Amino acid sequence: MKIGALKETFAGENRVAMTPESALQLQKLGHDCLIESKAGAAAGFSDAAYKEAGVTVVKTAAALWKDADIVVKVRQPTTAEQKKMRAAQTLISFFNPSANEAGMKAAANAGATVIAMEMVPRISRAQKMDALSSMANIAGYRAVIEAGNNFGRFFTGQVTAAGKVPPAKVLVVGAGVAGLAAIGTATSLGAITYAFDVRPEVAEQVESMGAEFVFLDFEEEAQDGAATGGYAAVSSPEFREAQLAKFRELAPEVDIVITTALIPNREAPELWTEDMVAAMKPGSVIVDLAAEKGGNCKQTVMDEKIVTENGVTIIGYTDFPSRMGAQASSLYSNNIRHMIADLTPEKDGVIVHNMEDDVIRGATVAHGKEITWPPPPPKVAAIAAQPPKEKPKELTAEEKSANELAAFKQETKTQVTLIAVGAALLLAVGLVAPASFMQHFIVFVLSVFVGFQVIWNVAHSLHTPLMAVTNAISSIIILGALIQIGSGSVLITLLAAAAVFMTGINIFGGFLVTRRMLAMFQKS
Amino acid sequence: MELGFTTAAYVVAAVLFILSLGGLSGQESAKRAVWYGIVGMALAVAATIIGPGSGYWLLSLILIGMGGVIGFQLATKVQMTQMPELVAAMHSLVGLAAVIVGFIAHFELNRVAGMNGDETKDLGTFAALLAKKTGVEIAILRVELFLGIFIGAITFTGSVIAYGKLAGKVTSAAEKLPGGHLLNAGAAALSLICLIWYFNTGGFFPLFVMTLAALFIGYHLIMGIGGADMPVVVSMLNSYSGWAAAAIGFSLGNDLLIVVGALVGSSGAILSYIMCKAMNRSFVSVILGGFGGPAGEQMAVEGEQIAIDSDGVATALNDADSIIIIPGYGMAVAQAQTAVAELVRKLRSKGKEVRFAIHPVAGRLPGHMNVLLAEAKVPYDIVMEMDEINDDFPDTDVAIVIGSNDIVNPAAQDDPNSPIAGMPVLECWKAKQVFVSKRGQGTGYSGIENPLFFKDNTRMFYGDAKASLDELLPKID
Repeated sequence: MKIGALKETFAGENRVAMTPESALQLQKLGHDCLIESKAGAAAGFSDAAYKEAGVTVVKTAAALWKDADIVVKVRQPTTAEQKKMRAAQTLISFFNPSANEAGMKAAANAGATVIAMEMVPRISRAQKMDALSSMANIAGYRAVIEAGNNFGRFFTGQVTAAGKVPPAKVLVVGAGVAGLAAIGTATSLGAITYAFDVRPEVAEQVESMGAEFVFLDFEEEAQDGAATGGYAAVSSPEFREAQLAKFRELAPEVDIVITTALIPNREAPELWTEDMVAAMKPGSVIVDLAAEKGGNCKQTVMDEKIVTENGVTIIGYTDFPSRMGAQASSLYSNNIRHMIADLTPEKDGVIVHNMEDDVIRGATVAHGKEITWPPPPPKVAAIAAQPPKEKPKELTAEEKSANELAAFKQETKTQVTLIAVGAALLLAVGLVAPASFMQHFIVFVLSVFVGFQVIWNVAHSLHTPLMAVTNAISSIIILGALIQIGSGSVLITLLAAAAVFMTGINIFGGFLVTRRMLAMFQKS
Repeated sequence: MELGFTTAAYVVAAVLFILSLGGLSGQESAKRAVWYGIVGMALAVAATIIGPGSGYWLLSLILIGMGGVIGFQLATKVQMTQMPELVAAMHSLVGLAAVIVGFIAHFELNRVAGMNGDETKDLGTFAALLAKKTGVEIAILRVELFLGIFIGAITFTGSVIAYGKLAGKVTSAAEKLPGGHLLNAGAAALSLICLIWYFNTGGFFPLFVMTLAALFIGYHLIMGIGGADMPVVVSMLNSYSGWAAAAIGFSLGNDLLIVVGALVGSSGAILSYIMCKAMNRSFVSVILGGFGGPAGEQMAVEGEQIAIDSDGVATALNDADSIIIIPGYGMAVAQAQTAVAELVRKLRSKGKEVRFAIHPVAGRLPGHMNVLLAEAKVPYDIVMEMDEINDDFPDTDVAIVIGSNDIVNPAAQDDPNSPIAGMPVLECWKAKQVFVSKRGQGTGYSGIENPLFFKDNTRMFYGDAKASLDELLPKID
């Protein structure tokens, strides 16, 4: 199959859906790669680099649409591009299906297949193709960098000869992929980082990144991220109030706020209100990653940077991934490459569009002249939030001693029972067996008893030497053979001799190998 | 006079044997303890040769000497990875010796019974002892004899099969003849009939039939048990060899044999118990073979196994501060213990904390991994038991799993329907990163998919353990 990557036509878009590196991987799957001339230029990949990777450079977009069986791109196709789709052609791109009915119709009418990268279900198997996460990761990183660019102070605290510099305080609202990336970047730059999320189960992740999780004093049924496909859902008004109160408390302290709160298919919730902006120190920076959906701060202007009256910078850019064209392209092209790898199960360059596969079905929005959006819910649950773990209850001193006493009583009871049963059995045997037998029997019982007492103390690490040494000493059976060897017929002597010989092997072998093993155990 | 001396020697020997086993509680005291055992054995044998067995003392000494030479050869040449085979082979010798001694006792018994009072005067020592017995005592003697031969025969064939499985000469898969455990039950019933028959007649034939039946049970029982259950099997056979010795001791009226047999028997029983506990399975279910368990639907494993190359592992190891290595049977198979030890030495010289976590049933013999690591000169104080180290995984940077599978399977805790549900496992997935050195993508002995391999923090380091480690070693700096 021929896979062709288009040059992005959207103004200011630097990304490209195929890099020389991903092209090499695609060729390993048995595909041929095409690219529109200059498609990678903005991301730093020259046509020559593509040629070197074995990619055919096509002069115009029209030629590529004509030639390629699979067209890959980044941005949602324009109306003009949608018209170029043809039967049996597959388009892999961001497609925004929920607001692109026309595009899906166009594709279905043309008989083309469209795989919308934002529709890749959030299950573990599909993580490698999750372009939203890849892009969110970049956005989170870039948000901190942009904030730093507009922030007049260090992130990290320093004690210099000229005086002490306090560390910057960063608050990240929403600990999704972008939020976690922002937390990681901010903490590694040395800022004191706080993070908030409506899903308390992410607290562990937040803390593992080195940030402090902001807990609310609020009792509510915790949101289960698994039910909503790993995304946050709308919270109750009471919860929202508690949350805003906490933010108001933090607003005068923090220098940088990065908001990433998005709820699928809804306008972004307002979390950073005007009075909070007013309460912030001059020079503070707000980066609103939800700007595209109206912003978590209502003062945010999409795609622009503004400065409020009290000197707070609010950044509302929506093109963070594109601002890091090379990185974004390499991650996005890898997502595409993994998607195509799943579409090419035999690695022979033949596309199998398996609509039974959860991931492929979920991402396909048009196929076989039909619109296949929205997809049925995936058969496998989304990356589940861990159910909150019950902490083992701390026992009070009294409870502990009561438990110990109970355990002790129980132990005594079992022991007494065992002794009683054992004694009764012994007595029963004694009633019928002759005295000569009982003498031996008592020796036997005592030895078993001693054996149990002794063996429990043997170190686990010495179990193999224990087996070897018991092996050697169980050859004590040689005594029987030695006694018998001299009494009676030739046959008996022969048999006994064989037994002596065999046990002789065992005695020497067992003891020597034990010694050899024990000599190996050395302390450091 | 002479008998008194022998008995005194036996008492000393018995005490020495007990001390010898008791000394195994620590690595250092064990080195002394093994000498107690050797002295005890020498004393017992010497006292017997001088005392009741004095008739053929020269022949006896020559035979012991010959056996000793072979034993010496075996003990010095055996590879530590072959220890399970050696132990199994030695068990089979004890079993066979018990059968022989039992049969001799039977022959003697019948010979003495056929004599009249005058003839008994010039009998050998053992026969003289028999001649003094009363009717009831002879009846009891018959039962003891019978038991000794029965257990000895099972131990013999069982150990031979166990040896074959461990040495790879017999398939290590669980195999049963058609009829399964019914055959075993049938053979056991036959033995019981023979016991009653023998008890009443004292003839050779029932004893012989029973021996054949017992040999069959030993063979068929162990054939039906798979490779990874071998720790239980070997310790069980260890126990049997002890019980056989004790039963023979009863029939010969020899207290030292009884004492030692009981010691060994209980030792093997405890080992079997520990092994079963470590697998959360009952002894019966292990011996009857195969994994049963509740047959509910197992959790589907979601995700994929992500491979990594030696460069990636080396980078992670160079960055890590604390490392835990979990060895398994795969390490023994690949003979990778020296490579592992070398890796540990290198990492420790960088000041990293490196430890080993040993699951009780890792390997094919109780304590097998400890011996292998000791052979490779890994200091024993960094080799930890499961209970000692399991809580430390969350604070560990890297866990390396080398050739183990079921003992690190999180399904044992997460999935109540898993066949190994409830088995205590090493919680290595709690470490920040886990590397699994494994030959391919196959499942473990129990045939259970291991969700560990699909976890986000797990990377699969495919390839032969030794080759992989040799490739990794130069990259650690």
